[in-house]
Amino acid sequence: MRLSRRTRLGGVALLAAIGLTLSACGGGGGDDDNESSSSTDAVITARTTEPQNPLVPQATNEVGGGNVIDLLYAGLITYKDDGSQELEVAESITSDDNLTWTVKLKDWTFSDGTPVTAKSFVDAWNYGALSTNAQNASYFYYPIKGYEAVQEENPTVKTMEGLKVVDDKTFTIELNQPESDFPLRLGYSAYYPLPESAYADMKAYGEAPVGNGPYKLDAWEHNKELRLVPNGEYDGARKPQNGGVTFVVYTDTDAAYTDVQAGNLDVLDTVPDSALQTFQDDDSVQAITAPGSVLGAFQFPSDLPGFTGEAGALRRKAVSMALNREELTEKLFFGTRTPASDFSAPPMPGWTDEIPGNEVLEFNADEAKKLWAEAEAIEPWGDKKLLIATNTDGAGNKASVDAMSNQIKNTLGIDAEPKYYATFDEFLDDRDNNKTGALFRAGWQPDYPSISNYLGPIYGTGAASNDGNYSNPEFDAALTKAAGATSDEDRYQDFVDAQAILMEDMPGLPMWYTDGTGAAATGVENVKFNWQGVPIYQNITK
Amino acid sequence: MWWYAARRILQTIPVILGSTLLIYALVFLRPGDPIRAIFGDKPVSDSVIEQVRAQYNFDQPFLLQWLLFLKGAITLDFGQSFTGRDVSDLVAEAFPVTIKLALMALVIEAVLGIVAGTIAGLRKGKLFDSTMLVTSLLVIAVPIFVFGFVMQLIFGVKLGWFPPTVGGNTSFYNLLLPAIVLALVSFAYIVRLTRTSVAGNLTADHVRTARAKGLSEGVVVRRHVLRNSLIPTVTFLGADLGALMAGAIVTEGIFNIPGIGNLAFNAIKRGETPTIVSVVTIMVLVYVLTSLIVDLLYAWLDPRIRYA
Amino acid sequence: MPKPTLPGQERYVAPIDETPLAAVDSVQVDEAPASQWKEAWKQLRKNPMFWVSSVLLTILTIIIIAPGLFTNADPRFCELSNSLGPAEAGHPFGFDKQGCDVWARTLYGARASVAVGVLTTLVVALLGGLTGALAGFKGGLSDTFISRVSDIFFAIPLLLAAIVCLSAVNNWFPDRGFWGGVLAVVAALGLFGWPQITRIMRGSVLEVKNYEFVDAARAIGASNQRNLWRHIVPNAISPVIVTSTVSLGIFIVAEATLSFLGLGLPFSVVSWGNDISSAQELVRSGTSLNVMFVPVTALVLTVLSFILLGDSVRDALDPKARKR
Repeated sequence: MRLSRRTRLGGVALLAAIGLTLSACGGGGGDDDNESSSSTDAVITARTTEPQNPLVPQATNEVGGGNVIDLLYAGLITYKDDGSQELEVAESITSDDNLTWTVKLKDWTFSDGTPVTAKSFVDAWNYGALSTNAQNASYFYYPIKGYEAVQEENPTVKTMEGLKVVDDKTFTIELNQPESDFPLRLGYSAYYPLPESAYADMKAYGEAPVGNGPYKLDAWEHNKELRLVPNGEYDGARKPQNGGVTFVVYTDTDAAYTDVQAGNLDVLDTVPDSALQTFQDDDSVQAITAPGSVLGAFQFPSDLPGFTGEAGALRRKAVSMALNREELTEKLFFGTRTPASDFSAPPMPGWTDEIPGNEVLEFNADEAKKLWAEAEAIEPWGDKKLLIATNTDGAGNKASVDAMSNQIKNTLGIDAEPKYYATFDEFLDDRDNNKTGALFRAGWQPDYPSISNYLGPIYGTGAASNDGNYSNPEFDAALTKAAGATSDEDRYQDFVDAQAILMEDMPGLPMWYTDGTGAAATGVENVKFNWQGVPIYQNITK
Repeated sequence: MWWYAARRILQTIPVILGSTLLIYALVFLRPGDPIRAIFGDKPVSDSVIEQVRAQYNFDQPFLLQWLLFLKGAITLDFGQSFTGRDVSDLVAEAFPVTIKLALMALVIEAVLGIVAGTIAGLRKGKLFDSTMLVTSLLVIAVPIFVFGFVMQLIFGVKLGWFPPTVGGNTSFYNLLLPAIVLALVSFAYIVRLTRTSVAGNLTADHVRTARAKGLSEGVVVRRHVLRNSLIPTVTFLGADLGALMAGAIVTEGIFNIPGIGNLAFNAIKRGETPTIVSVVTIMVLVYVLTSLIVDLLYAWLDPRIRYA
Repeated sequence: MPKPTLPGQERYVAPIDETPLAAVDSVQVDEAPASQWKEAWKQLRKNPMFWVSSVLLTILTIIIIAPGLFTNADPRFCELSNSLGPAEAGHPFGFDKQGCDVWARTLYGARASVAVGVLTTLVVALLGGLTGALAGFKGGLSDTFISRVSDIFFAIPLLLAAIVCLSAVNNWFPDRGFWGGVLAVVAALGLFGWPQITRIMRGSVLEVKNYEFVDAARAIGASNQRNLWRHIVPNAISPVIVTSTVSLGIFIVAEATLSFLGLGLPFSVVSWGNDISSAQELVRSGTSLNVMFVPVTALVLTVLSFILLGDSVRDALDPKARKR
């Protein structure tokens, strides 16, 4: 009896194996047919992580949910591949003074057929900003007038006074201060609209959202997959070229890469560390690389012992020049990161690698030693140790601080050592409260494609992400000037001026731009990355 | 025996109380601010943080947090994860996969380990014994990631015998490769334990008696050597089920299996108490139950062991 | 006077001419022949496995004391330009990703890794052995208490406890040096490793305590404590030795998991575990496998020597094996 059962099981396994190979062949054959004239109804599979929040734009602030949200919703504007803006739901966004902006909408509907109105936007933003709703993206409304009032612990007003509905298709936005590139922000997911039906039960809505974007959610099997199908109501610039996108949830990018190699997954948006060395020569996948907008950087706390005052300024430059960015990106990341030459990133409009003083970002052992010696004459370093802090739970973090410590040690002859944090929240906590006592890692992923988003939030006096507490009135003034600029050229020049001040002060060390790296299965076509290093899913075909 | 078993199951209650309290204490002492980290690198106002903190009872002292958890647990409400989902749902999704994978690994390591260990023990010092020793050494020293990766590459990608990853389809067949990888380290333990006991028992008096009675070698080994040699092996296996369930983090990652291991791992990294506590509660149940089963097996393997 | 079963003979009574030990007709004699421990040492010296492991362990000890005898390279001098470089003069096994000398790191890593492995194994074996023996021997309330506490420790995730305890250590003693770092790791691994040995020892004692010779010893008036130490523990310890020798390697690897998260040994301390786990990402590329091969081989040889040592100790303790 037992024996026969076992044989039967074996038989089932064997059958299953044959079945699998057959269906694999069948699938492969089908793909081949499609290859010649890639079909518009092929469903693309793409890797994601499980969204960490309900699929509500205002609740979402991480990649796993963000990728899906961006396909489910359409904002006032959208970004073209190169990061420049293009109107989507908005007919026009205009302002005379960079302070009050008037938005007119096109005719547009949600996937359930209800119209997208001015109220859809204004209500959604007010919902997102109100502190008692505790939305993850609440911070993003800070430029709007009345934001502080709705952010109070027990807010007496529920709406931001800067938002006014004029009619069904028109509303106005009043800002706290003039901002010439404000419309650029409006493509970010926090500024997406919500349908009227959402507010009754936001939790249920987050499980089955109704959006106005190129796709709609067909099903969400938690921790397994999210199936997106084209939204028939959508008539915008991002028209789907495929029959849908199925996001498969992976906890480990290594597994996803293997699946791409085996042809089980079409698109992988991040190549794992273990494959960085080989993926570009790997015949079993198509490698995709694109200049990225993520800036890998480190910041000096302004009161870090030995790095204050005149000697400190010299030492910050010395440390920067002691680091061989060329070698770090080549040896650790196999050229998938690009040595930084400024404080922003190449995909940004107005970017230039000719910032005055940016030779301080180039490796120069002699100059580094000289600067360090000059600092020694002013204030001896003593037997201090330079610590470089990072959390260890991100890709490549540990390897890079290890290598940086070694380079500093070898070039400057001082004691340098990594300081590891096992969890991101412990690292963040110490960073927020200025307790790292170390040069700390501070990567930056911009929310919208503008150089100002790299400068103001990090180095502006008292700015929210200025964990190093850098403050220079000249730099602040340069940024204010940029915000009031009337032409793009003026604004870009103001950014150059502002960055020149940073090159002189070196409050932080820009290290590298993280390129977008991806892999696609053979036979998949039109895989390109946008300015954020995210695949442009709606264009992918196979 | 039933009374004995019932008493043992009742002992679960203090164990659960103790371990959940310990978890709350540990998370309370855990450095960092899990709530702040929900917002990532981006800034957030204190009022919003306080709001979320209160939502998860993180603003309460840990003793009160623990009591609130117990209060909820009585009504089967285990709280919510930071993703806004009911922890009971998360666990209910991950548990069936995990128990399946762990049991498969347990069977694989038990069967292969006991067979290989017995042969090695019977032929102590011979080629097979040495081969098993080398195998065990490799399994101990080479990271499990490497084994998993190489097997996935060979059997999953190159030969195509198995799907390289599991994902949503957690069928018996799909889980086979990961179960083998998961079983590897424990296999080393079981081979060593079984081999030593078998070798030791070969010379025992009752075995000599059995041989003297003229029983065939096979019967002697099965009935007299093996049965008496299995106590350490069974003990190890009993404790291993829990380890296979909660400790499958690397294997789950390589083969993309949505199981308990990664659920707990990520919850710990995030400081998500409701999830950690729920998983630990389940693990306590598993450990208490397996240790009961092991004790009952002792009595079967060696009738001289009795329980009051 | 009925002849008692001798501890050295166990469960059958051999003809008197086969048992020279018969001369010792009382287990109450404190001297050598009745002591399994002393007899064991005699046997140990005759075992070739023991000598093989001794030679290996001697070499290991020399490396631990003076790693500089075997290399001129500095394991902490790492030049990124050498990253994954091949073998060259003075660097027989090439360089790892950070550009450190693989051979030098393996030699210098022995100290921390063996310290972690051996100390954790000792802590776990002692703690687990004692509690397990107690639980199995006494039974009743002691058993219940010990077993349920071990269940709790089984179920608490090591990672969480390590984050809490080791982060605290990191914060209080940022410059804790070599031994401070090793001891913190040993404490964390030991705290969560003992229940396994407890269970194994308990099961083993439960089995052995019912053997005839134990009853016999009790019958002739051996005290409980004496019975436990003289007769039960030596006969029950074999699975503990086996488990411990395997665990020794596992602990060395487990250190890597902690160090990888930044919780384990300080940066300045070189260890095999750390090097093996950083090398695992090279597996996919299939190149530079020497970076992993060298520390893995060192770990294999170390575990091998301890397993052989454990086996020979076990054989020496087992009176039946002696007769073969």
